[in-house]
Amino acid sequence: MHISTNPWVWIAAILTLAIYSFLYKDNPFYKFAEHLFMGLSIGYGAVVLWYNSIIPRLWNPLAHGTSPSRFYLLIPIAIGLLSFGIFSKKYSWLIKYPLAFSVGAYAGFSIPVTFEASIFEQISGTILTKQMMATPWLAISNLIMFVGVITTITYFYFSKHHKGLLGKSARTGIVFLMLAFGASFGYTVMARISLLIGRMQFLLHDWLGIIK
Amino acid sequence: MLKKQIPLAITFITGVIIVITFFIPHPPFGRLQQDALTWYSVIFGFTMLLGVDSLVRFHYRKLRRREKGWWFSIIFYGGFLLSFITGVVSEVRFGDAFNINSSFMYFYNTILIPLQSTMFALLAFFIASASYRAFRARNIDATFLLVTAVIVMLGRVPVGYMLWHKLPNLTSWILNVLQLGPMRGIMIGIALGTVAMSLRLILGIERTYLS
Repeated sequence: MHISTNPWVWIAAILTLAIYSFLYKDNPFYKFAEHLFMGLSIGYGAVVLWYNSIIPRLWNPLAHGTSPSRFYLLIPIAIGLLSFGIFSKKYSWLIKYPLAFSVGAYAGFSIPVTFEASIFEQISGTILTKQMMATPWLAISNLIMFVGVITTITYFYFSKHHKGLLGKSARTGIVFLMLAFGASFGYTVMARISLLIGRMQFLLHDWLGIIK
Repeated sequence: MLKKQIPLAITFITGVIIVITFFIPHPPFGRLQQDALTWYSVIFGFTMLLGVDSLVRFHYRKLRRREKGWWFSIIFYGGFLLSFITGVVSEVRFGDAFNINSSFMYFYNTILIPLQSTMFALLAFFIASASYRAFRARNIDATFLLVTAVIVMLGRVPVGYMLWHKLPNLTSWILNVLQLGPMRGIMIGIALGTVAMSLRLILGIERTYLS
């Protein structure tokens, strides 16, 4: 046993134990760690926003840039400043302008990106090609995957009653969904367990030095 | 007009211009897309500030009224200031707050990362109790869920290999074939929903965000 003498390891270990104390019940130690985590995260987020977004995209072009178009940046600043209208009862509606721009921009960006990444790419990956049928095992696997995609989509098609062929397809879709959810659940459990193992390794190896 | 029509017009014009810029990558449209992204991130920065302000005010109120657990708000402020000030100091000292030798990154690696991973690791216990409830084979569908989950869990640990040496391969097959099909179906469904909702927003059919 070789207990660590590094004060930072001790701090991390005490905070780890404080969070695990929640397994007994909600208590002041957990609340302490929770609030500290929240404060640190918000502070970290603020620093990331400041140095990765505001300084390079706004401050540097405006303060050190030479292009005349840099003054266009004053427009999003003006729109962004309207957000602070929320602090006044009379002018709280001004926040609708930055909100409208954000919603429009997000919707505009998401249409082509979603089409490209989530529809065309997924359909192209599902379509059975000669290469996907190269060996019998590959052919069976890809055929199962293809049936999985089609039947899952039909299960989520609610414009018609799930009767006849559609009903059978939707029923098969449920089976595929259950298999997929089971696999996802098992995978998530193992991911969390590996995180737990990581923390235990930290406590028993880095902090207490019980295991090598 | 000022409260409804103009915001709707802003959403429509912004959305349409951004969609057009994707299909016409030539000047001036190609540049417009980049500019819109910059504008979006600048405006998003202000909304982030509002979020931080809201949280800071919430804790200030708790402190002022001496509500139950008020002293935890001091911890919150302490953590926030510690992180923010070390970030600024590190930027001044190293010219980059994210320099690996900076105190900011030291706090990040020694306090924030352990706290974050412990929070997620805590979920292992809750997910274990949830799996006890979810994995009861009450009907054939629940049995499918149980069987695949058990195979995937066993296939990812050494004991699974010891039980049957092909179990890790079966796990990979389940994840890459059985899981992929339905996940693709769900993804395509979500994507169609996203596109439909985006169109509703741009065309002003969906207006709840302005109410």
